[in-house]
Amino acid sequence: MVDIKALSRWSSFKKDKLVDLKYQPGFSQIAWFCMVVLYAPIVVLVVFSFNENRSVTTWTQFSWDWYIKAWHNEGIQSASLMSLEVATISAILATLMATMAALVTTRTQPYAGMNSAITIINQPLMVPEIVTAVATLIFFAAIRKVTGITGVGYLIAAHTCFCIPFAYMPIKARLEDMNLNLEHAAADLYASPLQAFRRVTLPLLMPGIVSGAMLAFIVSIDDVVISLFVAGPGETTLPLFILGQIRRGVTPEVNAVATVFLLISVILVTIIFLVGKNKK
Amino acid sequence: MTDLTVNNQTLSSSVQTQEQRQQKVRRLLLAPSLITILIIGVLPLSVVLVYSFLEPGAFGGVKWNFSTNAYVQLFFEADIFDGSLSFTTAYLEIFWRSISLAVMATLGCVLVGFPTAYFIATQPPERRNIFLFLITIPFWTNLLIRTYAMLLILRDEGVINIGLQNIGIIDQAIPLLYTEFAVSLGLIYSFLPFMVLPIYSSMEKFDFRLLEAGFDLYANRLKVLWRIIIPIAKPGIAAGCILVFIPSLGAYITPEVLGGGKSMMIGNLIYSQFGAARNWPFGAAIALILMAVVLISLMVYMRRTGDKGGLSHG
Amino acid sequence: MEQAIKIDTDNQQENSAAIKIEKKITAAIDIKNTTKVYGENTASAMVALDEVSLTINDNEFFTLLGPSGCGKTTLLRLIAGFEQPTKGEIMLFGSHLEGLPPHKRSVNTVFQQYSLFPHMTVAQNIAFGLEMLGKSKGEVNRSVSEVLALVQMEHLAQRKTDQLSGGQQQRVALARALAPHPKVLLLDEPLSALDFKLRKEMQIELKRLQNETGITFIFVTHDQEEALTMSDRIAVLQDGHIMQVGTPHEIYNHPTRRFVADFIGDINILEGELIDKDKTHGKVKLACGIEVEASLPAQSENLNKKVSVAVRPEQLSIGQVNEAGHLTGVISNLIYFGSGSHIDVTFDNGERVTVRQQSNNNGKQDFLINDAVSICFSADSFQILTD
Repeated sequence: MVDIKALSRWSSFKKDKLVDLKYQPGFSQIAWFCMVVLYAPIVVLVVFSFNENRSVTTWTQFSWDWYIKAWHNEGIQSASLMSLEVATISAILATLMATMAALVTTRTQPYAGMNSAITIINQPLMVPEIVTAVATLIFFAAIRKVTGITGVGYLIAAHTCFCIPFAYMPIKARLEDMNLNLEHAAADLYASPLQAFRRVTLPLLMPGIVSGAMLAFIVSIDDVVISLFVAGPGETTLPLFILGQIRRGVTPEVNAVATVFLLISVILVTIIFLVGKNKK
Repeated sequence: MTDLTVNNQTLSSSVQTQEQRQQKVRRLLLAPSLITILIIGVLPLSVVLVYSFLEPGAFGGVKWNFSTNAYVQLFFEADIFDGSLSFTTAYLEIFWRSISLAVMATLGCVLVGFPTAYFIATQPPERRNIFLFLITIPFWTNLLIRTYAMLLILRDEGVINIGLQNIGIIDQAIPLLYTEFAVSLGLIYSFLPFMVLPIYSSMEKFDFRLLEAGFDLYANRLKVLWRIIIPIAKPGIAAGCILVFIPSLGAYITPEVLGGGKSMMIGNLIYSQFGAARNWPFGAAIALILMAVVLISLMVYMRRTGDKGGLSHG
Repeated sequence: MEQAIKIDTDNQQENSAAIKIEKKITAAIDIKNTTKVYGENTASAMVALDEVSLTINDNEFFTLLGPSGCGKTTLLRLIAGFEQPTKGEIMLFGSHLEGLPPHKRSVNTVFQQYSLFPHMTVAQNIAFGLEMLGKSKGEVNRSVSEVLALVQMEHLAQRKTDQLSGGQQQRVALARALAPHPKVLLLDEPLSALDFKLRKEMQIELKRLQNETGITFIFVTHDQEEALTMSDRIAVLQDGHIMQVGTPHEIYNHPTRRFVADFIGDINILEGELIDKDKTHGKVKLACGIEVEASLPAQSENLNKKVSVAVRPEQLSIGQVNEAGHLTGVISNLIYFGSGSHIDVTFDNGERVTVRQQSNNNGKQDFLINDAVSICFSADSFQILTD
């Protein structure tokens, strides 16, 4: 009796495999492997940022020391402020421009030049970062020489430029999902186009704009290559500071800064993800 | 009768002015972004072209003399004493290495990314969202930090080496870091999400009932995979390959952090021309060649898939 | 070329006719005590099929008919191999199917939503099964053009499937499933996506294809008219049970179950008491007054028990008042539809029947509401139902 039961369980297991048509051998293992590969290095980084020991390899004891040290490190302080300044200003500028552009490149009858406009907006995505970096360096160096103007403005301008397409994407997506009838309804209720925009379109578009701004912020604050070429003396952003530290060798202080940096990115991405999910 | 015509005229003229006004609004709203990108993104590229035909300045920058030296230098080495040219493969090797590393990274990403994307697409919707989120996070987190994390793992004192030593498989650290292996691993690690996401979006709307049809028509699992699933996922795979290949080819951070002098890539070569080597025209020329390779692969991609700018949605 | 194909199909027809005589009693599909439970061992376990036994003969156009959720599609999927039975066994021409995955069964399916491969042309779709069977290139090409001719789609061979109309996709799906010459062809509500006119056309087409190929067709539908038009035999299913199996004529004229009678066509059901019976017939005293002879289903009913008796509206007609032994009542509703009328007659006890009366030739209206009438019927019109 027991035998039969065991047999039937075995056979039903076999049957399940047989019937699951989507199953491909090894695929789930590869997927899990992929997840491990993506996260294992990050986990190591985070864990060892709390290691009391200077070694970034052998665990000794939990400690906040490296965070406290990093907090008091002047280099890190000024680099963080620089990053925040550049990313905030670039994100705001890029989002403003991207919003304006998105408003006239979605949900309209196609007009002459619309597709070229979209292509131009996406241009920064098509060119390898290092090429953009070289081009911007050469161009800005020339302007600097001619005008004599210096300052952080160059860095902000460069960041704003490559942030535009990133801000543009979610705003455009949001607009495309929006119901044109709502604005028609507003117009029907005597709203002028401007009023309709302020009272109906803009509030509905807000999640897209927020996502766009956050994406632009993330892309700007993460940037290494373009900043590396464009940033003048005294304009060291946080990634540039970290790069400099890495070139000199691995320290737990860098782990601590990197962990905080990661945390900020993860929080922003989570918000964008949740905003995107609510949309549906 | 006359009244009516007049009315018609005013009507049509008001339609026209409305159209004109609409055009004005369009221009006004498009202007800031387009001008910004044209001036900071596009115009500098032509400046690069000009610079690549100039002579290098002694302390960086350029001298305004026409010269094709930057391009000649790529293939030929000038003798220090008599200035005679001899063929050199030093730079070609870097190009070749960059292309082969980028191809390897792309292949690696396909091999891991396709099964992963397929696996995610076969999950129930709730789980699918969680997996997607887990793939998206690395997509948007700092590349430098992720590469640095990779460094922590690959070092001689890193998790892999220490772990293997502790188990007793090896008694001396295997030098993993500063090798081409480390660079290609780093590239795969960096750009894997760029492969998974577009393949997933091409699989997302896949009608899994087609698999029933395949099995019904005597195809086994492998044949269903080759003849039905992969062909249908092909646009996503192609987009993913482009999205991995292009940034891999121009990678700077990965070879800088994980590679040594022997695994230099185009990106590092370009950077050095603006740093220590102080040869801006040469740097500009290499950047342009890189740009050309990228444009050619993009054009091949678009020709073969008919995709127009669809990449930007990946 | 065309001629050659024609001759070929003619030959096939002869061949299949020969086989038909030879294999008259061969069972194509034999389903024995098969149960299918979804979500076994869970709280939401659902019994889709309950101890079903069924034999489908070779070269038969067999229809599984029933409302949605009756288990007919599950049965089809068990035969195709997309599901495995929880219990019981299924045989294909005498060999067990248990444990065989779908691609190892000589059975093809025409899917409800067609499931044509979107990345392939019509010809590539049709060639797919043949290629998987490892047929040579020449053989594949020959079979593909043969089948394309069979479904009259030669001119669209190189089209992508998303450029086809619904009817054309339907034909391609059929051709694709027929190309490997399966032993049994399964059709899962293949006509449900088509409009009325196309559906009628495809019904005739399917019947023709079945005749020409000699392949056993198992056709799933919820449309009783479709089932009656096309089938050699029909199995009516409800809640995972087979209610009745029979020819369209048997199913329509001699439903044995209340569900079958209700599900197929219009029918009047009257209550009565079984007062006498022999092997095939019983005498029923109807609640509305008279005694009638009615055929008795195989499952015998006890005497002096309440039974339901069914009769089709077209088997009744309106006669003169007070003919002896006839039902009498009053016309309570009258719907005229040209070739005839539906006349509702209410009896003294409140029961009501619908009569389908042919129009007479004199062009005058024969009956009015509230007329007292009697109802005529021929012998063998009534059928005793079991629940």
